[in-house]
Amino acid sequence: MILYFLTLVLFVMGVYCLIAKKNIIKKIIGLTITDYAINLFIILIGYRANGIAPIMFKNMTMQELTERGVDPLPQALVLTSIVIGLGVLSMMTAICLRLYEKYKTFDMSEINRLKG
Amino acid sequence: MTMQTIYPLFTALPLAAAFFNLLVTKINKKAADYIAFLVTAALAVMAVLTIFEAPFAYRIGGFPAPWGILLISDGLSALMLVIINAIALLSIIYSIKYMTMYTAKPKYFSLFLLMLAGMNGVVITGDLFNVFVFLEVASLASYALVGFGCEHEELEASFKYLILGEVASTAILFGIAFLYSMTGTLNMPDLARQLEVLGINKAVAFVIALFIMGFGLKASMVPFHAWLPDAHPSAPAPISAMLSGVLIKAIGVYAIARVMFDVVGPNAMVSSILMFLGALSMLVGVFLAVGQSDFKRMLAYHSISQMGYVTIGLGLGLNPNVPPVIAAMGLFGGLYHLVNHAVFKSLLFLCAGAFEFRTGTRNRYEMGGLIRKMPVTSTACSIASLSISGVPPFNGFWSKLIIIVAFIQAGYYVYGAIAVFVAFMTLLSFIKLQRFVIFGQLPARFANIQEAPFAMTLPLVVLAILCIALGLAYPYLDQGALQAARAALLDKVSYMGFIIGG
Repeated sequence: MILYFLTLVLFVMGVYCLIAKKNIIKKIIGLTITDYAINLFIILIGYRANGIAPIMFKNMTMQELTERGVDPLPQALVLTSIVIGLGVLSMMTAICLRLYEKYKTFDMSEINRLKG
Repeated sequence: MTMQTIYPLFTALPLAAAFFNLLVTKINKKAADYIAFLVTAALAVMAVLTIFEAPFAYRIGGFPAPWGILLISDGLSALMLVIINAIALLSIIYSIKYMTMYTAKPKYFSLFLLMLAGMNGVVITGDLFNVFVFLEVASLASYALVGFGCEHEELEASFKYLILGEVASTAILFGIAFLYSMTGTLNMPDLARQLEVLGINKAVAFVIALFIMGFGLKASMVPFHAWLPDAHPSAPAPISAMLSGVLIKAIGVYAIARVMFDVVGPNAMVSSILMFLGALSMLVGVFLAVGQSDFKRMLAYHSISQMGYVTIGLGLGLNPNVPPVIAAMGLFGGLYHLVNHAVFKSLLFLCAGAFEFRTGTRNRYEMGGLIRKMPVTSTACSIASLSISGVPPFNGFWSKLIIIVAFIQAGYYVYGAIAVFVAFMTLLSFIKLQRFVIFGQLPARFANIQEAPFAMTLPLVVLAILCIALGLAYPYLDQGALQAARAALLDKVSYMGFIIGG
């Protein structure tokens, strides 16, 4: 339970960073932290104390495997989610660099040509 | 029968084309145009063929249902596939000339195909995590396309859109993880069965809230709409047409409809939330639209307002407390308006692009009298304006009428009155547009402009004909594809049956 709580704290920290900071680099960091918090949450769903890898060996019964093996699906989901996160992160930094070239600043309150 | 074996090509084909496009361009610069055109044409033909198929499920890799991933084709998927791929084909034809204004055309086509692959993937899949993955593919490509011009405003809009879009994606992923921890499955027909047993407890209600926020942000319902009026006008015109016409429907409204109708099932709470958000979107969107001077920005605000009609129709369809006939009528109106909006809004954005291509401005107060110089584009623009403002016999009139009648019959007089009022405001706003852009005084500096090139006018003419045809064919639509789409949403039991039928 304490692990879930710590994940929630991480999530809230990321959201705070995303909302309160004006520097767009910090916003990107905040978004990445929220992403990692969700990834940790998915991993925790599949976690099992003293679990074994979900591979069927010769000297094992089906019951033993279902009792002790961890759920492999959340790990597969997290791998996919991390890859997507990488794509998003590189996209964000690329746009961020282009923004700096044009506006000469990372301050979101000065990047404000669109209104209404 | 053939469709059942080649169904995964809906995503595989554009994904492969997006990759090989860039390789082939190293050898031949012209090839990108042809590849993009041929791929989208093939997809459009396949989509039309899918309409005539009975519902089926395709197992990826042959794994049986709750373990493997299912691709599901039913009435709603087929309808969405036709809309997506038809508009994509027309946008590609339009892009071939229009994108000469920009550099790096092959990269543009690759991103376009990537976005198309993502949208098709969301529509055909039967697995909730797969929905998330394809949604991210489509969104990532659209972030890049919004900032394609790399000017100040475009980059700013792209960054805003990216941040808000990623917040939505995080919410959706969180919801999916939560749902998995409760049920232990991600297969949507299987999830529907598990939730039938579980009922709507507090955890499921939390997941529903996360989904409405996430998918609602992608569909830009009103409290989550801030990115749309920046992002849609900043993109190149064919991309604006794709974003406003198709993307917000495929990854926003379609996903909400699929999850709420087929997985969660009719529910009074969700229904009242969707109806309220729909009414709010309609009102806020149309009020903000009236005062805009930028042509495309005004259209973007109207997208928010018109998507409100679709949402409110879906909301009525979800309501278990009204008689089923009236709920089905509201849902039919919503789906009909979804099709109509895809047609007339992409037409309007393409017209705005054609005007910009020749005059070099998007400010509607600087234009005027363009019907004398660009008759085809102006006529198409007029037809689309009449459609969106709901003038009979164009298509927008019928779908709005059905929604309003359904609400009056269901006893929701306030929502009905809002729908009538918003239709009136839309008409007002588009009369103003006609007055400043198409009729009125021709400014002296536009004395020498010409009609847009053929590759740009052809999609306009096709879409304008569709606008009229969908309106005139209204009496026949009740038995056609729309009916199948409505049945797919209302029949939760047969959706759950896909798990065996695969």
